[in-house]
Amino acid sequence: MDATLTNQSENEKIWGGGNKPLNSSYGKMMMWFFIVSDALTFSGFLAAYGFSRFKFIDSWPIADEVFNHFPFLHGVDAPMYYVALMTFILIFSSVTMVLAVDAGHHMKKNKVAFYMLLTIVGGAIFLGSQAWEWKNFINGQYGAVETRGGQILQFVSADTGKRVNITSFAASIPTDREQHQGRNGIWYASESTLPTYSVEEIKKGFINNNDLLLKTQQLDENGHKIVLSREESISKIAQSVYVVEGANLIRNEYGNRLFANFFFFITGFHGFHVLSGVLINLIVFFNVVIGTYEKRGHYEMVEKVGLYWHFVDLVWVFVFTFFYLV
Amino acid sequence: MAVEHKLSIFRGRLTFASNTQKIWGVLIFLSIVTVVEVALGIFKPTILMSYFLGMKLLNWIFIILTIVKAYYIAWDFMHLRDETRSLTSSIVLPLVILIPYLVFILLLEADYIYNVMTDGFVSWNF
Repeated sequence: MDATLTNQSENEKIWGGGNKPLNSSYGKMMMWFFIVSDALTFSGFLAAYGFSRFKFIDSWPIADEVFNHFPFLHGVDAPMYYVALMTFILIFSSVTMVLAVDAGHHMKKNKVAFYMLLTIVGGAIFLGSQAWEWKNFINGQYGAVETRGGQILQFVSADTGKRVNITSFAASIPTDREQHQGRNGIWYASESTLPTYSVEEIKKGFINNNDLLLKTQQLDENGHKIVLSREESISKIAQSVYVVEGANLIRNEYGNRLFANFFFFITGFHGFHVLSGVLINLIVFFNVVIGTYEKRGHYEMVEKVGLYWHFVDLVWVFVFTFFYLV
Repeated sequence: MAVEHKLSIFRGRLTFASNTQKIWGVLIFLSIVTVVEVALGIFKPTILMSYFLGMKLLNWIFIILTIVKAYYIAWDFMHLRDETRSLTSSIVLPLVILIPYLVFILLLEADYIYNVMTDGFVSWNF
């Protein structure tokens, strides 16, 4: 009888509430397990990207040739500097976040608010940078043609080996071809915007210009894209069926179709995480300012939103590696 | 509500006076790693272009440096260093077990498909 009673009282002590499992509060632990599941989601995406990349290992686009823009430096080949800058911005906003958490532990309300504000500004700058990156990616710079088999062929100058914009050599062939919209053709059918030049214009311009060569998607053993000879180029250009300018979800001028799809999907999903992080940070920031956590007696909410924010930074570190470095 | 922080990094070789100082120290370390990564990515030393386990040595360095950065973000910015050991392992172990497994099966399969496409009867150059 005594023994039973002792057991009961011990049970009440453990399961009766007030205990913190793993020495961590409920909210913080649940944030951690959300992060674990989200990390698995992102690694699923990145592993799928790796799958496609190893599947097309000898024809995947080279990141340095795709992401080579920097603000105010038009036409300058500046690979990686911009994403490196974005990485620094995000790591720095992570630092201001952890400083806000630290100030929260010392119950310094104004300091928490100030660092939260800096974090929000950093996140907003990152989002703007990513929008700019997307703009460059979608608009493209040079244009290319696609063959019947879905291969992308780019144009390079035989003299310099640099890429050539299709506007600089395309011939002008007047045509009556217009974009088919619901209001000027069959009302229940339409097509997307036509490329600036028709395939015939590109073909004629290419044949007239002896300086031009075709660059294929295939990589040689040194990891450079294979450039065809003039004769091969002329026979190959005849097979082109579509002019590609920039990138969309169907085709892109950089190479493999999956490349743009993964770029949009993974950086888009990460950008959406940053956006929601900025919004949650804003809510917490206003709560700090109006003194909600001062009244509550602790700043654990700042800590929890901080965990999420660092996680977003953590994911970017991996996206940066697998999209831009490797 | 004072919270205890462990202020040593690099296995106790570097100890900071306060938590704020540790944060700036970790920032400097992460920045150095990122600068090294970007410099390697721009110059691409030819000595690192040899292959090891199906991947360039340079790419192995990038991946290892990324994991190092991830470790310091999780341990110092997300305060995993201050959590109990059981919480740390219940967060890290599932990831450490599941992600390499997923990556391993997907990359192996992708390599197999690549071989089928290059050596098989399907032509991809039409």
